[in-house]
Amino acid sequence: MFEFIHVLQSQDFMQNALTVGLLASVACGVMGTYVVVRRIVFISGGISHTVLGGMGAAYYYGFNPIHGAFVVAIIAALLIGFVSLRYHQHEDTLIGALWAVGMAVGILFIYKTPGYNVDLMSYLFGNILMVGRESVKFVACLDLLIISIVLLLYKRFLAVCFDEEYTRLQGIGVMSTYLLLLCLIAITVVMLIQVVGIILVIALLTLPAATARYFAPSLGSMMILASILGAVFTTSGLIVSYEQNLPSGATIIVIAGMAYIVATVLRGLVSRFRSYDKK
Amino acid sequence: MTTNKAVVEIRNVDFAYNDVLVLKDITLTIEEGNFLGIVGPNGSGKTTLLKLMLGLIHPLRGSIRVLGQAPELARHSIGYVPQHAEIDSGFPISVMDVVLIGRLGKAPLFGGYRKIDREMAEEALKEVEIYEFRSHHFGTLSGGQKQRVLMARALVGKPEMLLLDEPTASIDGRVEQDIYELLKRLNAKVTIVLVSHDLGFISTYVNRVACVNRSLVCNPTEHVTADVIEACYSGPVHMIKHKCEL
Repeated sequence: MFEFIHVLQSQDFMQNALTVGLLASVACGVMGTYVVVRRIVFISGGISHTVLGGMGAAYYYGFNPIHGAFVVAIIAALLIGFVSLRYHQHEDTLIGALWAVGMAVGILFIYKTPGYNVDLMSYLFGNILMVGRESVKFVACLDLLIISIVLLLYKRFLAVCFDEEYTRLQGIGVMSTYLLLLCLIAITVVMLIQVVGIILVIALLTLPAATARYFAPSLGSMMILASILGAVFTTSGLIVSYEQNLPSGATIIVIAGMAYIVATVLRGLVSRFRSYDKK
Repeated sequence: MTTNKAVVEIRNVDFAYNDVLVLKDITLTIEEGNFLGIVGPNGSGKTTLLKLMLGLIHPLRGSIRVLGQAPELARHSIGYVPQHAEIDSGFPISVMDVVLIGRLGKAPLFGGYRKIDREMAEEALKEVEIYEFRSHHFGTLSGGQKQRVLMARALVGKPEMLLLDEPTASIDGRVEQDIYELLKRLNAKVTIVLVSHDLGFISTYVNRVACVNRSLVCNPTEHVTADVIEACYSGPVHMIKHKCEL
């Protein structure tokens, strides 16, 4: 622990890592809440895995892979959102296909890029210790964007998630609202990829929100609690991974997963206790 | 009755889902102040008829006018009450916030709801006698209470007509009667159309019954005979007769 604090004080890379982790937790708590209550975990998984195609292509053509990820995440969100509203019956098959093709395209690009492919592992599993000053600014801007849009359209997003049909009857553009929501999820995915990588992104997006759901009575309080939990998971994961010399992304997810399991068990015990009390 | 204005006019409507004809040659006029019960067996097209009136789906043939307009344009004057079982009860939302969704179309695009929206929501909650539950979590309410909340959400838009889809599905008998009493009271102000697979209970409250089973037979309640019902359900209906004896 003291060693971690010492490194944090003296080393830029650790300060960047901690800042990105904390900033990403905010977006993760807010958007993860929508993913959990609207039950679009699979859709978000589709978006995040398709992103590897964009990262691979950007890498091959010599651009910053995160920029490639950003562009492809938005395209994937629009495409998948359209498919899920219009062709609801075949939704899972179509998303599954996009998911796989996106990843395959990414791997082909990375394979064809000359030189040693050390980056593939960090795309897939993340490496928070590698993020630079630039990324910190990038993530802070995206945070600001997400929070302001959610604040402005809170009641509309709530209505679309709770009861899509009724919202449509109110004369609200359900398609555009839903697509905007998916785009914000896509932006969050791009932020989180830098923390835990493509494969683990869904876990970080859903676990804090799913844990918060047990304790939060409203959507707003669920978002705040999920953000706090996300910050606790990323920070403690970072400390443990540094102290024990473990991969950071996987450590963060294991901690988040354990917290979720503990919360689930506690919740089950409490409700059993209550029904026992009534008898 | 004949001088009343027509709220809904359905003429010779056919509707099909993937080439399967669900509704055939439906003609139905609903007048202002009616309390119409649409009954029929499961899968007979009752809910489809409701969705046609809301403009959520469109007929293959024929025309539908609601308040003299296309159904999509008349939506703001219709209060729709879906089945409460179709709504995710794990969603973290309060009763008040559910009712406020009924004001979404009239509230400003950005930011929160206005004071007037909240006042109207409170008024609607009082009207359906569920005001004391306004800050409860929606998912923790009983079936009958949820149904009342969804009715408040429909009423908060000040509709001219209420459309209810199986309002008493999975609700026990006594609560069911309370809901019908409430609807009867509301009928003084609004036209009511409700869909039910259970004719027994509703026949004492509604003033007209439409039997749907692909095609439609409409009668004033006093003329609903066993013959009409059997024609609709296409077979003897012990279940329904049994319930009528209640």
